[in-house]
Amino acid sequence: MLQFKRLVAASAVVAALAVPGMALADDVITLGSAISLTGKYSTNGEHTQKGYDLAVDIINGRGGVDVGGKKYKLEIKYYDDESTPARGAELAERLIQQDGVKFLLGPYSSGLTKAIAPVTEKYSVPMVEANGASRSLFTKGYKYLFAVLSTSEQYLASSIALAAEKAGVLGKKPGELTVAMAFENDPFSQDIRAGVMEDAEKFGMRIVIDDKLPKELNDMAPTLTKVKAVKPDILVISGHAKGAATAIRQIAEMRVDVPMLAMTHCDSAKVIKKFGAQSEFTLCASQWAPTLSYSDDYFGSAADYAALFKKTYDYDPPYQAAESSAAVLTFADAFARAGTLDPAKVRDALAATDMQTFYGNIKFDETGKNIAKPMVLYQVQNGQYVVVAPTKWAAAEVVHPRPKWADR
Amino acid sequence: MDNLQILLDYPIFSAQLVIDGILIGAVFALAAYGMALVWGVMNIINVTQGEYVMLGGFVAVMLGEAGVHPLFGVPAAAAVLYVLGWLLYRSVIFRIVDRDLFISLLATFGISIVLQQLMNTAFGGDVRIADSGLGTWFWFDNQVTVSQIKVVAFLLVLVLGTCLVVFLKTSRLGQAIRATAQNARAARVLGIDTDKVYATTFALNAAICGATGALVAMAYTIHPYIGLPYTVRSFMIVIIAGLGNLPGVLAAGLGLGTAENFAGFLLGAEYQIAFVFGLLVVVLLVRSKWLDRKRQYLK
Repeated sequence: MLQFKRLVAASAVVAALAVPGMALADDVITLGSAISLTGKYSTNGEHTQKGYDLAVDIINGRGGVDVGGKKYKLEIKYYDDESTPARGAELAERLIQQDGVKFLLGPYSSGLTKAIAPVTEKYSVPMVEANGASRSLFTKGYKYLFAVLSTSEQYLASSIALAAEKAGVLGKKPGELTVAMAFENDPFSQDIRAGVMEDAEKFGMRIVIDDKLPKELNDMAPTLTKVKAVKPDILVISGHAKGAATAIRQIAEMRVDVPMLAMTHCDSAKVIKKFGAQSEFTLCASQWAPTLSYSDDYFGSAADYAALFKKTYDYDPPYQAAESSAAVLTFADAFARAGTLDPAKVRDALAATDMQTFYGNIKFDETGKNIAKPMVLYQVQNGQYVVVAPTKWAAAEVVHPRPKWADR
Repeated sequence: MDNLQILLDYPIFSAQLVIDGILIGAVFALAAYGMALVWGVMNIINVTQGEYVMLGGFVAVMLGEAGVHPLFGVPAAAAVLYVLGWLLYRSVIFRIVDRDLFISLLATFGISIVLQQLMNTAFGGDVRIADSGLGTWFWFDNQVTVSQIKVVAFLLVLVLGTCLVVFLKTSRLGQAIRATAQNARAARVLGIDTDKVYATTFALNAAICGATGALVAMAYTIHPYIGLPYTVRSFMIVIIAGLGNLPGVLAAGLGLGTAENFAGFLLGAEYQIAFVFGLLVVVLLVRSKWLDRKRQYLK
């Protein structure tokens, strides 16, 4: 594959030299991206890159994008941002100023996106991003930033809705439920907390525990002791992979019984593999699942995408890859509808996006975030992640309440 | 103060907090004892403490993933870290032994960053655990639970601590270490190879922390950046207990673990670490008042 790309690149250079006026280069739309290929985000940076590449390959395989009656191939120019925001901003500047790139795909993580968005905004370069979920990205009035993923405050809000929906099982009304929250003290987790608070308030639920976990902490015993004492109906936890791993281990060890346990980062903490039965019945927030019933013309259904990804890269697609592919599809769709490669027109076309992809529906509000796709909730059932919410796309019924540890 | 009310209404949860505090406190104490050893003998405040713990944890995790029971990770981590400590002494630390405290702080701080980044590059930033396969004891209708691995860790800490004391009191090398701690120059005059003593002490500390780390990986979680809390707590315990006082270190460790758990429960987890730092300031103030009084008395 790499050799093939080199060949294409080499022949492109030769052709460009041979044909005056660089006729061939005109048939290519170059997207730029600063992406974390080294440093602390390198694993997810790689997922992102593979997602982008897969979508580009499949679009080019169909002959490219039709812009105003002319076919264009897509191509991505990558730079490694080393997982540092300052470097990301520098590279975005370089892509736009030196390389003349007119369209950007997002980097990995909210932090990097936050660093790059002001640059793209300054040069009026549209950026479709798939891996920056922080709410604060969409409160700054950016006009050229579009995000295909659900923003962070939606991550666990669906668990509150699910608990309200199932309140009857516990013999209660939604307004009588009590919520315990433990969120890491970083912007991302606190965004999630804000979303949970908002939804809990909407249903009139009472917050009984609201702990902010310091990021150095790898022991949740005091918080969990409190949970045992106040017996909430829902326990919501978010603290990246470390939080998920610590929580699963200690909830089982301390035999903390709650009717519903919801958290983020189950997959990055690999809870099923590491903790087996201890992780059973945990609800996990996810951007996407291969079992969802969305589909599009390029990839087919979500399951088709998963199969293609697995065939190409030899592992199951994490949602980071899926949303990245969706970002490229969004650009392609906007190019086709704009009928021109003028950045301002493409920007307007992006703003008017209303489509379904294998990843979910995409429709942006005026701040540029995708409002058409809900978060999904997995539940660990028999050692598998099964989608249980939102109920419309769910593959299985949620097990609620969780069986008590003494009965397992 | 709702949380206080909970404790008053259900005193059983205090028992839980005390037990968890004592069990984690023992782990802190072991790392702290190593720090006291290096500090006392070499006059170096080793802020790489936490990174040794992290590395020891990774040894246990690697063994676990290779199918070996991670409890064997305790001696294995000690052995690996002993070698690493020795190499670090021979390459870096021997240059700073007689220099002032600031230089050694800088040097060990530098080493800790290098170790963190190397581990991040080699293994990635993911959280890791070693599964000991042990269960939990539970009493009073599951209200009090004690994880067996934490008890095993606690007992191992006691055993290791006792071995260390016996080693320092009775063996030739141990006596040489103590002699060097008392007066390095006199020890040299009497024919003790202080360079070797320093190398051994530094390596021994790394080994102790390595064993601690293996226990942490089995009882809690580990990742490349987990070191700092262990360094900070070691420092604090040593400040409270003083150098070369194992019962004191153990008592301070258990006390800190318990106090921290109550702080986490009563004030919320967000203040748990802040509480540790706050306590450190208080302890330093009290300690300096103490010393002042002693000095006056000596006059």
